[in-house]
Amino acid sequence: MVRGRGLSERLRRLAFAGAVAVSLTLILAPLVLVVWLSFFRNEILSLPPEGYSLRWYGALAEQHQFVTGFQLSALVALAATAAGLLVTLPAAFALTRGELPGRAAILHALMSPLIVPALVVGAGLYLALIEFEVETGLPVTGTVFGFAAGHVLLTIPWSLRLLTANLAGVDPSIEDAALSLGATPLVTALKVTLPLIWPGVVAAALFSFVVSFGNIEVSLFLVQPGQTTLPIAVLQYLEWKVDPTVAAVSALQIALVAAALLITDRFVSLAKAV
Amino acid sequence: MAALHLSNISKKFAEVLAVDDLSLDVADGEFVVLLGPSGCGKTTTLRMIAGFIEASAGAVRIGARDVTHDPPYRRNVGFVFQNYALFPHLTVAENVAFGLRRRRRPEREIAERVARALALVKLEGFETRMPRQLSGGQQQRVAIARALVIAPDVLLLDEPLSNLDAKLRRDVRAELRRLQQLSGITTVMVTHDQDEAMSIGDRLVVMNHGRVQQIGTPQALYRHPANRFVAGFIGRGNFLAGAPGADGRSFVTRGGLAIICARIDLGADTLLIRPENIAVHPGRASGVNCFAAVIEAAVFQGSAFDLDLRLATGETLEAQVAAGNAAADWTVGQQVTAMIDPDAAVGIVSSSSLPA
Repeated sequence: MVRGRGLSERLRRLAFAGAVAVSLTLILAPLVLVVWLSFFRNEILSLPPEGYSLRWYGALAEQHQFVTGFQLSALVALAATAAGLLVTLPAAFALTRGELPGRAAILHALMSPLIVPALVVGAGLYLALIEFEVETGLPVTGTVFGFAAGHVLLTIPWSLRLLTANLAGVDPSIEDAALSLGATPLVTALKVTLPLIWPGVVAAALFSFVVSFGNIEVSLFLVQPGQTTLPIAVLQYLEWKVDPTVAAVSALQIALVAAALLITDRFVSLAKAV
Repeated sequence: MAALHLSNISKKFAEVLAVDDLSLDVADGEFVVLLGPSGCGKTTTLRMIAGFIEASAGAVRIGARDVTHDPPYRRNVGFVFQNYALFPHLTVAENVAFGLRRRRRPEREIAERVARALALVKLEGFETRMPRQLSGGQQQRVAIARALVIAPDVLLLDEPLSNLDAKLRRDVRAELRRLQQLSGITTVMVTHDQDEAMSIGDRLVVMNHGRVQQIGTPQALYRHPANRFVAGFIGRGNFLAGAPGADGRSFVTRGGLAIICARIDLGADTLLIRPENIAVHPGRASGVNCFAAVIEAAVFQGSAFDLDLRLATGETLEAQVAAGNAAADWTVGQQVTAMIDPDAAVGIVSSSSLPA
């Protein structure tokens, strides 16, 4: 593994391999630990484990808040992902292809939810939704619509970054070719550009879903009494009890995302898109 | 198929005039080449014909249609890109069919026309391949088939040969000419390669700094260039500074040589002599346009010698003479006589047409 001509080159390669190993360990250790914990038999978390069991996974089904939380989180994430793509796809086209005045300013504005602390976004949204309800009389707080409206702010920056980067990678002469062959700009976008950036669209959808699904700061402001998302349910559970149930929930979540990534990667090369 | 008329078209990018007041009429079925150094406005002109960019001023007409403000998808123009620009997600057959599908032709007609177009470029059997599975030359031919299959009124070629290697380039060049003559389609090609332009075009348009320098057949441009830029861009030449002589037939160089020449343009300040129009004789000889010279350099090119000659006036001439047998070889330092063909030397102006 460590080859090289001189001693200094060998040392450099060794240092590089070491740095890679340390980084990977730091990234993966929490994931591995969580999955490991979820199989402990003991109720009080301690090392080494007294033994292994699947009982915590079984216990999940009885924890009603995890089930309903999962359902709401999934529904909100799907809605936020769809809404985010509906906004960012045309926006990305306009920002990369059009000669919009103030392109940079618009791009920065759309990226700004990344910079503003999510708690502030949540609080602001909460006030806005209450005002909206008072003005219109339509109930929005606590609905999937209200949640999705909030979460879409979180998905837009990710989605937009991925889509603009992918669009910038499409050779403009390919689109010109379509135009010269009689395709209108809309047909060109649908028949030529969209298929070319499809991996980017899928990646944008995945990122959006994961970002929304795991969000807690914004959701905290939007839930109604009796309502919960999965991350909130986990937080509430941890407030009075620390046992491997939470680890089991997290392990399932990791498995879900990993499965989504692997399945998607079979159909579109995500490495090309991100 | 139709004639193409560009009337006083200009294109301004921000404050830069990329194309300045260009007029050009291309006859039905003619092959015209836009030639010039990079940044001369030739590609901008081509893109204005295609409709990818709109002319800031002037009019573009295809046949009787004024298409100046039409988008590209309503112009019925075939465009072949320098990098081919095939649709990477579609098969060869679907690439070629793309334009016909946009025209909503019946499925049977599409199949027939695609097959015919692929046969035309000798790519039968490649229908189901993807573009990335093809060589550069094959991709180029798919691009040509894709542009021709829609029966465009005008075919536009943007440096179509520059991404091919030298040998392939010669083949594709001949192929392009064959296809163009076969289909009789009005064609405009852009290139910066003068050999390519000379060998393929019915007429050439030499451009520089956004302006047309000269329009003409390859022979006219080579033998009687409008100015020094055109003369230097097309072929090699000797440029001797000077002024027309009093007799009206000769040009007097700065060194004082009076050279009889075929024609002298108004305001000529430069004499152009192509290297192959100078005959070289060993020793002394006398006659019209005969000047004593010494060989300063002799480069053997196989079929010809390139000779650098120094005249008694200190002026130098580059001559190209056919190489004979070994006994007729030239040596450096040899005393010779340079004979300038009076029917081939022309007095031209050195200044080119520049933006006002």
